[in-house]
Amino acid sequence: MSIAIEANRLRKSYGNREVVRGIDLSIRKGELFALLGPNGAGKTTVVEMLSTLILPDGGTARIGGHDVVKEAAVVRSKISLTGQFAALDEGMSGFENLAMFAKLYGYSWKDARQLADELLPAFGLEEAKHRLVGQYSGGMKRRLDIAASVLAQPEVIFLDEPTTGLDPQSRIQIWDVVRSLLKQGTTVLLTTQYLEEADRLADRIAVLDGGRIIAEGTPRELKAAVGGKTLSIRLKDTVELEPYIRLLASEHGLHMRRDEDDPLMIRVPSPDEQLASLAVQTLMNHNCPVAEFALAEPSLDEVFLSLTDARNKEAAV
Amino acid sequence: MNETRTASTAGDAAWLIRRAPPRRLGRAEATGVFMRRTFLGVKNNPFGFIIDCLASPVLMLLIFTYLFGGAIAGSTSEYIQFLLPGAMVLIIAPMTVYSGTTLCQDITKGVHNRFRTMSVWPPASVLGPILTDSLRYAAASIVTIGIGLLLGFRPEGGAWGVLLALAYAVFFGFSISWVFAVMGIVVKKPETVSGTSMVMIYPLLFASSIFVDSATMPAWLGRIVDYNPISMAASALRGLMHGTAAPADLAWGIGTGVLLIAVFAPLTFYFFRKHNTR
Repeated sequence: MSIAIEANRLRKSYGNREVVRGIDLSIRKGELFALLGPNGAGKTTVVEMLSTLILPDGGTARIGGHDVVKEAAVVRSKISLTGQFAALDEGMSGFENLAMFAKLYGYSWKDARQLADELLPAFGLEEAKHRLVGQYSGGMKRRLDIAASVLAQPEVIFLDEPTTGLDPQSRIQIWDVVRSLLKQGTTVLLTTQYLEEADRLADRIAVLDGGRIIAEGTPRELKAAVGGKTLSIRLKDTVELEPYIRLLASEHGLHMRRDEDDPLMIRVPSPDEQLASLAVQTLMNHNCPVAEFALAEPSLDEVFLSLTDARNKEAAV
Repeated sequence: MNETRTASTAGDAAWLIRRAPPRRLGRAEATGVFMRRTFLGVKNNPFGFIIDCLASPVLMLLIFTYLFGGAIAGSTSEYIQFLLPGAMVLIIAPMTVYSGTTLCQDITKGVHNRFRTMSVWPPASVLGPILTDSLRYAAASIVTIGIGLLLGFRPEGGAWGVLLALAYAVFFGFSISWVFAVMGIVVKKPETVSGTSMVMIYPLLFASSIFVDSATMPAWLGRIVDYNPISMAASALRGLMHGTAAPADLAWGIGTGVLLIAVFAPLTFYFFRKHNTR
């Protein structure tokens, strides 16, 4: 059995609102699969259906070959969920929380306490061990939450927006934790609003919008589909751009445009670093007042725009 | 567990070594874990518990005994004989609201979602807290009786009478807990539970025979007061404490509690299951 998570035309509506409109997934064992999408795309609803929290209106889903509706109890014994809101008891310490969850997963009290003792330092919570979780920061809660998920030795872990609202350092700590889950061979389904996060962690990404998967592939494939990176240049003064636009088009075949919101910013979609650096060089050689420049992955907005654009074009043909 | 352990960090994954596969927890054991959870919550944040189990009995007994005692019964020592058994209900009944607010909090705050994805017997997470709450009722009752004794209360039913009254008080509190448990699951905000419940409970407490014998009231009111479940509990307690319990009083008192449980416990689990499978 090499497929860990499988979904066929999964649907869910709340009232008249169709939140998930027929989703197919096939996630291999040991894979990190990211569901990428903006707020309201239906990411959480998909995770809730797969983790037996809500019933689908249509379609089927299987975890390790077990149906999430008909065999919910078996599925529950194979999965762990870390939701957007930490599933912890704020009136207890970190240690008491982990020991309790370990006990509920079926360990003896002795083993449960030992596990809690081992896991807390591994998740950077040794010092906060006996503090009430209600006093933890957002990042600490999230880490404790994932630690609690790990206790069950699950085959599949669902991480629903594990880094939303966290500071950069906490985010990196969470990423380390996620990578070590993968080392053990756990299958991870992660949802995120951040392309960077999906890009760094995921083996494959599905882009979700309006309850549908609008693109799926490896990070490289997706970015290639979107058209690579964007060179952003900030100018010292506003200048007449027309000559420079013509220059870049003729010299390097690049299409420069002014940012709509900021007259000092120009954007140049650029397939690679080499071409981007040549473009900057050419501009500066022709006295373009460049203040700073950066080459970055397309933002999630750009991915969406380009993907939905592509779909609209297809629909028009 | 005999795997080698190393100083671990999240990065080196040493904590992920597979152990003997966990077994599924039994129902009683799972309930015990949830009882312990509520207990730890109280232990870690004992302020509310101290107010309910110490400050409230002291204040209530002092105020009602000395303020009303002379006027209602002619003397304070006479009045506390009448008041104390009913005062146990007066103190416990508002505490039963916690069964609803904590349940509602668990559901709204998300810890409940983890319990739901675990393969433990689902009702345990509801039953456990309510059982621990019952221990709270026992503690408050013991304190109430203790203060009563200091203030001159003399139970004529002796030690057995006191023990039976204590057991009944806990049973009665346990039975009302289910009313609020239903509310805690159905309602969306914990504040709604506490707000609504106070409006429900206090009129019932004051329009009862806790403070005044219903025989002294106008006939029509006396009849209403007699059918108030709080009055039934107060009468049963009074009968047990003083060894004067008429079988009818006990039957009504116990019957009320059994009826509340019979109606509201299944409702709790019904709504709980419904909530769990949206």
